[in-house]
Amino acid sequence: MNRKALAAAALLLATGLGLGAAVAADKLKVGFVYIGPVGDFGWTYQHEVGRQMIVKEFGDKIETTYLENVSEGPDSERSIEQLARAGNQLIFTTSFGYMDPTLKVAKRNPKVMFEHATGFKRDKNMSSYSGRFFEGRYIQGLIAAKMSKKGVLGYIGSFPIPEVISGINATMLAAQKINPDIKIKIIWVNTWFDPGKEADAAKALLDQGADVIMQHTDSPAAMQVASERGALAFGQDSDMIKFGPKTQLTAVTNNWGPYYVERVKAALDGTWKSEDTWAGLKEKMVVMAPYTNMPDDVKKMAMDTEAAIIAGTLKPFKCPILGQDGKEVECKGGDALDPGQVLGMNFYVKGIDDKIPGK
Amino acid sequence: MELLEAIILAVLAASTPLLLAASGELLVERAGVLNLGVEGMMIVGAACGFAGAWATGSTFIGALCGILAGVALSLVFALMTLGLAVNQVATGLALTILGIGVSGLIGAGFVGERIATAPRLYIPGLTTLPFVGKILFGEDAFVYVSLALIIGMSWFLYRTRAGLVLRAIGDNHVSAHALGYPVLKIRMFAVMFGGGCAGLAGAYLPLAYTPFFVPGMTAGRGWIALALVVFASWLPGRLVIGAYLFGAVSILQLHAQGWGVGVPSQLMSALPYLATVVVLVLISRTRSGGSTAPAALGTVFVPDR
Repeated sequence: MNRKALAAAALLLATGLGLGAAVAADKLKVGFVYIGPVGDFGWTYQHEVGRQMIVKEFGDKIETTYLENVSEGPDSERSIEQLARAGNQLIFTTSFGYMDPTLKVAKRNPKVMFEHATGFKRDKNMSSYSGRFFEGRYIQGLIAAKMSKKGVLGYIGSFPIPEVISGINATMLAAQKINPDIKIKIIWVNTWFDPGKEADAAKALLDQGADVIMQHTDSPAAMQVASERGALAFGQDSDMIKFGPKTQLTAVTNNWGPYYVERVKAALDGTWKSEDTWAGLKEKMVVMAPYTNMPDDVKKMAMDTEAAIIAGTLKPFKCPILGQDGKEVECKGGDALDPGQVLGMNFYVKGIDDKIPGK
Repeated sequence: MELLEAIILAVLAASTPLLLAASGELLVERAGVLNLGVEGMMIVGAACGFAGAWATGSTFIGALCGILAGVALSLVFALMTLGLAVNQVATGLALTILGIGVSGLIGAGFVGERIATAPRLYIPGLTTLPFVGKILFGEDAFVYVSLALIIGMSWFLYRTRAGLVLRAIGDNHVSAHALGYPVLKIRMFAVMFGGGCAGLAGAYLPLAYTPFFVPGMTAGRGWIALALVVFASWLPGRLVIGAYLFGAVSILQLHAQGWGVGVPSQLMSALPYLATVVVLVLISRTRSGGSTAPAALGTVFVPDR
């Protein structure tokens, strides 16, 4: 009797699962994994804006799900697997630390398409995409050096990974063009998201003499502290002008929507292929927030630089580039560092009086 | 000198939410109840505190909303663990998960909104004193409240009969019950007090620290408060030292990086936690063998009728 009941239950479960798959076949199920809360007003928020864009664009043709606050590492592998098993055919994993977990899940689920943000590993069914954020950082470096009265910039870093380090270097290379003696103070908070800690770091930088604050963390806390202290700051990921109407100079904002629309369309059309996308100002994956709180000449310089980067006439990592030891860095990309060198950057350029932690 | 003043101000600000939340939890644990839901009560306090201040424009009402939210959530805990005698550890953990969810729900509409920072004390002549002026007479109300709270609690625990009864219940609820003390009632008040403190600590974050609300903004401070209670070996005096020490280490490590001290920042970030572990080891090596914890801590009490 018991066995019969069990068999019946199994049958029920099997039909239930089959039914689920049948429903899923009608619509393309798209899943997103987020590192922070959708309301972080920074990194995750921008991905969420991208998700909303595909919902608007494709309406009934797709069904989207997202998991927020998924920490990097083993926990994320479980979450990604869960999305794959729930019938999602296209899954976006939106943080660097999801790279290896995504790859593992991708190997186990060859029919599911994966898209991993800001990493460098790919597979037949796993694409990678990222923004050339350093292009925006270069513009910020120019503005910062022009606007800083004390010649000391404050930089809040999250983790010493290539993406963040290339941002610091681009900032410094640009700033040195304006003021060869410019100084930069770097504080690592070892978290992407902790408003209190980010605020403390901003206070520490200001107290130590920096007068322009830049950040590579996800909340508007630093902007808010700078605004309270009457200093200047750059937003991060999102336009944070609300938190510092008289403080924000500009912000490097991430615009994932168009890419997401393109990829979902490819998946719907059956033309999706594993690709490596690295888009910047030109492709509008990286967009500068309006230039505010600066004199017209600085604004013009910023806009001209932006135009030059888009036109390809200005390359932020143009050779020769000197390392901290004063020796020239090998130039693999002809007249500028090649993408691999930027995506794997683990050195500071000359003029940064600090050490990469753990190196 | 100016830098030192700035550092001390930052340390006070960073330590205050820890001190507030840990004070409440200390009293709860002294009554023999282990409420691991501090993080959950804090984050709900943060969301409700922000909502209150945003709607009324008053920091005071915001703080009040935070306290009430913390108390409300702690009543859920009291109902489960005291009324229904459910396991305290499991309930506390569930409370944190619940709190994070509820706060996200309440706070969803407030993301991206701003409020004015809590006003700071200003006494002409005193606040303008060099160096000590701002530190002693220029803080926001939360800092003074947190210190008053710990002094009041010390007095209550060691100088009043009610405090003695509360400690007795925490050490041996069966005996206290036999003597005719209302164990569950007193524990309930203690849990509510703890909830209020956690709610206030949470409200401090969006009201005074960073005047906006984002989900998850407590970022683990509730857990640190829990560790601080153990760090202080359940003594209010040591709690103050612990909270300020913790705040100091976390601020100083940021400054050390700015100065370019050649220590990896990952290690610096871990320092406050390492300090906690070291103190825990030291405590447990004392003669009493670390038995400073309330004897009935975390055990369920069901009165025989």
